[in-house]
Amino acid sequence: MSYLVEMKGIEKRFPGVHALKSVQFSLKPGEVHALMGENGAGKSTLMKIMSGIYARDGGEMFVDGNPVTPDSPRAAQDLGIGIIHQELSLMNDLTAAQNVLIGREPRRSFGRLDEAALNKKTAEIFASLQLAMDPRTQVSTQTIARQQLIEIAKALSYNPRVLIMDEPTAALNDAEIAELFKVIERLKADGVGIVYISHRMDEIKRIADRVTILRDGAYIDTVDAADTPLSKIIQLMVGREVTQNAPVFPDTSQSPVALEVRNLSRGKDVRDVSFDVRKGEILGFAGLMGAGRTEVARIIFGADPRDAGEILVGGQPVNIRTPHAAVDAGIGYLSEDRKHFGLAVDMTVRANIAMANMDQFTNRAGVLDEAAMKRIAVKYIERLGIRTPSDMQDVRLLSGGNQQKVVIAKWLLRDCDVLIFDEPTRGIDVGAKSEIYALLEDLAAQGRAIIVISSELPEVMRLSHRIAVMCEGRLTGILPGGANTTQEDIMELATQRESALVGAEETR
Amino acid sequence: MTSTTTTVNTPRSTLARIIAAGTHQRVLAFASLIVLLIGFSIASPNFMQASNMIAILQATSVNGVLAVAVTLVIITGGIDLSVGTMMTFCAVITGVVLTYAGMPLLLGVVAAIATGALAGSLSGTFVAKMKIPPFIATLGMMLILKGLSLVISGTRPIYFNDTPGFSEISRGSLIGNLIPALPIPNGVLILFIVAALTAYILNRTVLGRYCFALGSNEESVRLSGVNTDRWKIAIYALAGAIVGIAGLLIASRLNSAQPALGLGYELEAIAAVVIGGTSLSGGRGSILGSLIGALIMAVLTNGLRVLSVAQEWQTVVTGAIIILAVYADMMRRKKSN
Repeated sequence: MSYLVEMKGIEKRFPGVHALKSVQFSLKPGEVHALMGENGAGKSTLMKIMSGIYARDGGEMFVDGNPVTPDSPRAAQDLGIGIIHQELSLMNDLTAAQNVLIGREPRRSFGRLDEAALNKKTAEIFASLQLAMDPRTQVSTQTIARQQLIEIAKALSYNPRVLIMDEPTAALNDAEIAELFKVIERLKADGVGIVYISHRMDEIKRIADRVTILRDGAYIDTVDAADTPLSKIIQLMVGREVTQNAPVFPDTSQSPVALEVRNLSRGKDVRDVSFDVRKGEILGFAGLMGAGRTEVARIIFGADPRDAGEILVGGQPVNIRTPHAAVDAGIGYLSEDRKHFGLAVDMTVRANIAMANMDQFTNRAGVLDEAAMKRIAVKYIERLGIRTPSDMQDVRLLSGGNQQKVVIAKWLLRDCDVLIFDEPTRGIDVGAKSEIYALLEDLAAQGRAIIVISSELPEVMRLSHRIAVMCEGRLTGILPGGANTTQEDIMELATQRESALVGAEETR
Repeated sequence: MTSTTTTVNTPRSTLARIIAAGTHQRVLAFASLIVLLIGFSIASPNFMQASNMIAILQATSVNGVLAVAVTLVIITGGIDLSVGTMMTFCAVITGVVLTYAGMPLLLGVVAAIATGALAGSLSGTFVAKMKIPPFIATLGMMLILKGLSLVISGTRPIYFNDTPGFSEISRGSLIGNLIPALPIPNGVLILFIVAALTAYILNRTVLGRYCFALGSNEESVRLSGVNTDRWKIAIYALAGAIVGIAGLLIASRLNSAQPALGLGYELEAIAAVVIGGTSLSGGRGSILGSLIGALIMAVLTNGLRVLSVAQEWQTVVTGAIIILAVYADMMRRKKSN
């Protein structure tokens, strides 16, 4: 059997971490080979070695049976290996064409650019992707999904025989994912080998031919995607059985209302949204990207102004104009982007937990009480099961799941009655996810009102006592949680566009 | 050319695109310039006279050339604090070549530009290879070059009395010789030529493309297989060469290389760039904007002087304009989002 790429006994060490321990991997032409594992398992590291970004410390790599050592992204590209990175790595201020052909601009004499040829070449690549986009479009004006497609066009412009996709669907909605999969099918038919990294289990079944599982930097197994059940793959990933009991929801219909929102509006993003959350209840928010869920949360939290609407906390109208006022009213918001908005990643766990509550730890002269901060930090590390060597560890060194717990600890300390979680498990691996779920359920059981915004339907359905669905800025319905609601029910509401709604009203 | 065979669905002329690209950025600065000109003309009949307009342009030339140089670096997401003392250093080296060594004028010109390019590539190396933040690297260069200027010149000015024609570089008027009604000094002509050439490089060449790309997302450029270090050094070197031209202009205008001069010019240049709408975080900016920025500063200084406002107050007004300009730009950007 001939492999396009073969890697054997790959070793990689970073200071203090043995990132890859004798890992093997192989890729055939025209196959989609999924690379699975929890965060920190070594998937991205392995692919960065394949694509010349990292140098390996040991092991062998072959392309078409010939030993190779790509020592730069350029060298890997010359071997026909392209990579689409997890984080979008486009230059926002440049046009689509300028991005696609960066480093290989058609030139005329004296380093002058041939902009016409640049746009023409890019237009051809877009055409082959069946992507309708003007090559001169500035990247920053495009949606995340369209930017992803530009990224793919960029990778394809090298005519790769191997294409590595690191979480390509993380920011895409279902329709966009379907589009992406069509592109992948076409590439497969052309004999391109595709390495596919994803946390979404359902995708693996849909497109992968083989699956290789890594755990803690070690190679575990390579299995056939078609005849291996997902539960088996998950078990190989986490090294233990992950039980998925049918959730049991408490009856909160008689509990007092903690937060009520009436007729909230802001431009086109949020249109006349009304709902309530009761104490002890978890209200899920489902919808496609850009449906307005985060916008609703930000308005409630006072991060964005509103055009109209009322917010009542515990039955009392409150005038929330700033996040500060929201916190005083007992509302906490945990942003979807932890690193940018939720954490000071270069500071310690202790400092981060204390951050939002400094008054509690300072005396009148403004001097910090480190002993008190330590006490509280240690208490929350234990209570939430934050895995950290000490409270003085820098947050950036923790895994995604543990970072999220630090954010949660920070807000618990504020003693908020209403907590809004925006994509609480984004970028968090399977094992840590169930811990976060348990934590959210725990918080609800203590009588707090919880709002969870999530783009992963299984997550919303697993957690929510009730499910609010949004589409194009409108709240299109609130469904009961539990087994009676199906993914199809939610998707129907999530895609209920305005025209359809008008039609429905007319027939009434 | 067969450029029309693309699937582009909104055909526009190249010229239209050049004008449209980043226009909104400059419109504000340009409008402010017009408002200032009209305001000062109404306030004082002496302002709108040809001789005064030429004085404004002459006063813009050095700061304008420096602003053009700094624009390149700022678009990459960097900053260059050394352009003021680098300008002086280039002037001093020119003095050494022309006055001490008695070389011909052309060699002095080459020396100034080469010195600037060399000093710039040194800054670029600190930034690109040694990964020193541009602020620190060029702060160091600023002091090094200031010190070297004083050492080389023995802290005394070097006069160019022995080099016939040197003062013509800035003060003569080629245009005036051809069209006596339009006595525009060479310094101004040089500013516009430098600006036009640099704008071309920025918008039409690989080097320019990488200026924007580096400022937009450096890691991404690197991962695309581009030798980012080399290009960064080249960009700083080009900026340095342009600073060398500024060195010639100021030396010619003063007919001497003044080694103690230079400090403070870098801030004026950065101010012009910022007023012109170039983003300090990189990735966005234009030469035309910086040119307008430099003109606004010169018009302000001149206009306030014509109105007999004390010089101390002129500085206060300039500071306020910088803050207003950046605030207005941010407001506009917020709205457009």
